[in-house]
Amino acid sequence: MDLLTVKDLTVTLATGSGDAQAVRNLSFTVGLGEILGIAGESGSGKTMTALSLLGLLPYKGRATGSINFNGREILTSTKREYRDLRGREIAMIFQDPMTSLHPMLTIEVQLTEHLIHHRKVSKEAARRSALELLSIVKIPDPAAALTAHPTQFSGGMRQRIAIAIALACEPKLLIADEPTTALDVTVQAGILKLLHQLRKDKNLSVMVITHDLGVLSSLTDRIMIMYAGSEVESGPTSDILQRSHHPYTKGLIAALPGKVKAASKNLTSIEGMPPELGNFPSGCAFHPRCSFTIDACKKELPKKVEINGEHRIFCPVNPFSKSGKGIE
Amino acid sequence: MEMEPVLDSKVAKKRLLSGTGFVPFIVRRLLTSVLLVLGVTLISFTITQLVPGDPVAANLGQSAYSDPEIVAAFEKEFGLDQPVPIQYFKYLGNLLQGDLGISLSSKRPVIEDLREYFPATFEIAIVAVFLSFFVGLLLGIISAVTRDRLPDQIIRVFSLTGVSMPAFWTALTAFYIFFFVLGWAPGTGRLEPGGEPPPKVTGLFTIDALIVGDFATFKQAFAYLLLPAMVLAIYAIGVLTRFTRASILEILGNDYVKSARAKGLPEYLIIRRHVLRPALLSIITVAGVAFASLLAGSVLVENVFSWPGLGQYAYRAAVGLDLPGIMGVSMVVATVYILMNLIVDILYRVIDPQMKETE
Amino acid sequence: MIFNSTKNKEMSKKSESIWRQPLAVVGVGIILIWTLLAVFAPWIAPFEPNAQDADKFLPPSSTHWMGTDELNRDIWSRVVYGTRVSLPYSILLVVLSALLGSIIGAISGYAGGKIDSFLMRVTDIFFAFPGIVLAMAVAAALGPQIRNAVIAITIVAWPIYARLVRGLILNAKQNDYVTASALLGSSSMRTLFVDLRPNLSGPIFVLASLEVGNALLLLSGLSFLGLGAQPPTAEWGAMVSMGAINFDRWWVGLFPGLAILTAVLAFNFIGDSLRDALDPRTAKALRD
Repeated sequence: MDLLTVKDLTVTLATGSGDAQAVRNLSFTVGLGEILGIAGESGSGKTMTALSLLGLLPYKGRATGSINFNGREILTSTKREYRDLRGREIAMIFQDPMTSLHPMLTIEVQLTEHLIHHRKVSKEAARRSALELLSIVKIPDPAAALTAHPTQFSGGMRQRIAIAIALACEPKLLIADEPTTALDVTVQAGILKLLHQLRKDKNLSVMVITHDLGVLSSLTDRIMIMYAGSEVESGPTSDILQRSHHPYTKGLIAALPGKVKAASKNLTSIEGMPPELGNFPSGCAFHPRCSFTIDACKKELPKKVEINGEHRIFCPVNPFSKSGKGIE
Repeated sequence: MEMEPVLDSKVAKKRLLSGTGFVPFIVRRLLTSVLLVLGVTLISFTITQLVPGDPVAANLGQSAYSDPEIVAAFEKEFGLDQPVPIQYFKYLGNLLQGDLGISLSSKRPVIEDLREYFPATFEIAIVAVFLSFFVGLLLGIISAVTRDRLPDQIIRVFSLTGVSMPAFWTALTAFYIFFFVLGWAPGTGRLEPGGEPPPKVTGLFTIDALIVGDFATFKQAFAYLLLPAMVLAIYAIGVLTRFTRASILEILGNDYVKSARAKGLPEYLIIRRHVLRPALLSIITVAGVAFASLLAGSVLVENVFSWPGLGQYAYRAAVGLDLPGIMGVSMVVATVYILMNLIVDILYRVIDPQMKETE
Repeated sequence: MIFNSTKNKEMSKKSESIWRQPLAVVGVGIILIWTLLAVFAPWIAPFEPNAQDADKFLPPSSTHWMGTDELNRDIWSRVVYGTRVSLPYSILLVVLSALLGSIIGAISGYAGGKIDSFLMRVTDIFFAFPGIVLAMAVAAALGPQIRNAVIAITIVAWPIYARLVRGLILNAKQNDYVTASALLGSSSMRTLFVDLRPNLSGPIFVLASLEVGNALLLLSGLSFLGLGAQPPTAEWGAMVSMGAINFDRWWVGLFPGLAILTAVLAFNFIGDSLRDALDPRTAKALRD
């Protein structure tokens, strides 16, 4: 049984000019001990998807559909139920470790406050756990680190601390929203290795939101590509990276620096810009920028097309089906 | 064996000024403050000199003014016959000796005038400060936490009205309602007509009465100061409420609050531990502005309540073009303002030792 | 100027949302009403503002909606005519102090170095100043008249604009589009006026609109003290001072004060909504 099953998730936000859907009828799963990567440009709805799992949508935002976590439906949770869920069963780390840790509180407080609140352990016991967590994430001199403030650490260290904080109550699912984007390239590898290790040691499920190819290729088991609030393609990592079928995925992977296959001559890009919230094109939102558009693309939302096994796309045209080869 | 001096005096002075510790910080701020006060004297001197208007005419009667001898004597007595820069430096020199000159209108040393009128203003100002801080902060927090719901709407209307009311009108209306109509408040002034002030220690009737154990006078003095203090506080409460609300809402949008929520912490804990401290920092800065508004308000409020304080003195000095008087009041207020800023800066460092990174 | 257009579009999109705020609409409505009263005063006011035909101290009635004052004049008519004094002069005050402050702030921010330090020290001193004391002194010295009250208050009100403009310019200097503009060959003056101005005028305008209410309060305050509008001019603050002297005739002071209150409230509604709509930049610049 999958740890997380999301069905027909729709997230509606309140903008200055009325309501807009940031996520539209999204469905996906995350299995136990699985690492799912969610990729897409900004505005694709990746972050809102993550926030809706925790009930942390922005002011006046709401979600409909079904989110089944660990056997129960959580989308209909009350505020109290969400609070019990957050940090304890599902934890989240954010993109910028410089701003996501409180500058004025000590590391010890930030590591233990939710542990004490959720598990009702003593301060002493919490402190011991904190020390252990810091050594798991490889912070040198954990005892000294406890009394320090986040401002005294580098970006990479802070992100490790954030991961330690996320793990404090031993959650089953960790959501990482662009965990390495704000970090130096040299530091990124360390964070990814850490996440890998944690999955192995604790059977931790991870949902990684990223647009970074390196993260996708080295960390994830499966990838889901999002565009304008909907899924366009998903499947095992190697399938997506080497044998993608959807025009957008192909373009995205070709456009990202550091390709998996041999380097091509130029840096290609997909023409046009991703649509703004509230202004999604009709039918398949990608059709204005797609070279394979047919009439159906403009009128109806694309239906699911199974490629093989877990690999599927949402495209009525499926232009690359016969070739079966990968990206040029 | 001779001990080498660890630091020679020059290096020591440099460390005192340029170090990053707490003491050098205080020294630097004190120096800046002194310079600011000096600057205030210079500016007020300059402006009052530049502006046309004859203090002599303002302070002598019509017939005295037409007599050149009397005019000359007046000018000589107050040093008005000297060239302007000399007047300024003489003023500074006297200042260093604690002599603020003689008031042109009261004919007394300004410092005596200030000593007489300052405590009255201080009495209502300090009550107003406490009132505005506690009420303002509380209302601001409630407002932010219940964003856009009924409590927030009500508080916002009240605070907006508070900063829109003309202080003199509020004073008048409050006086009319609470004294004339309801009879709850006593009349104008600090004590009832014919009332005996307690022996002067601080000049604050309430404290002085307590010191000698005169509870009747204490109650009376307190009753008289309540209404003016509350009227004075209204504007500051409005400002503080609005600012606190804005500050807290802004902090609630910060990433670290998102992280705290993602940990499943209850809202009250988030507010208390994660939000209030940074909010307090910005609120303290506004305290300076709120305080300045108290002074402007006091001029008007003291006028309506016939409260013999600095505000009234400032008014008489201004109308009488009483330069030493004006400068005396300016100095006192500026000094208090600068002192407040100093306290604010120190509080900043105390509350958030990591300040450099936070900014 | 490519960069201008994107910023301007940002701003106009946000200003659309102002009209969604009911308070702003109410505020504009109130000001509109007062303005109409000001313009059409001779037709709206039932009596001449200085006509002394009625009886003294009549309480409000159907003939005299707001009663009469100590010189037998109809108060409602005087309140109506009062709009012609209070409103224009408050706006004038704000325009003058905004101009003065912006120029000083611009020089300070743009020149940098010693000039900047010096001007900022001066601004600090003015901030420490008990403005009302100086304003009273200047007004008294120039001769009590509403025009001189405006001058007096301008002298103490400019610092807040100086700080804002300086902050904005310092921020803008670090902005890429200024560097880009310079790289494209714009001279520094041109940069200041053509490229920066659209982005300065927004925050300055927001601050000014927040300050109009204060200007009105200060102006009527000075008039209340006798240092502003002089009798027999019908000015709201001066009218309230008569109400203070005759406080048992509650209508004499109440109505002019209510007029001030509603006008200031309206200006504050508008200023608040403007600030919320154009928010982050102004708030940040004011804080720095």
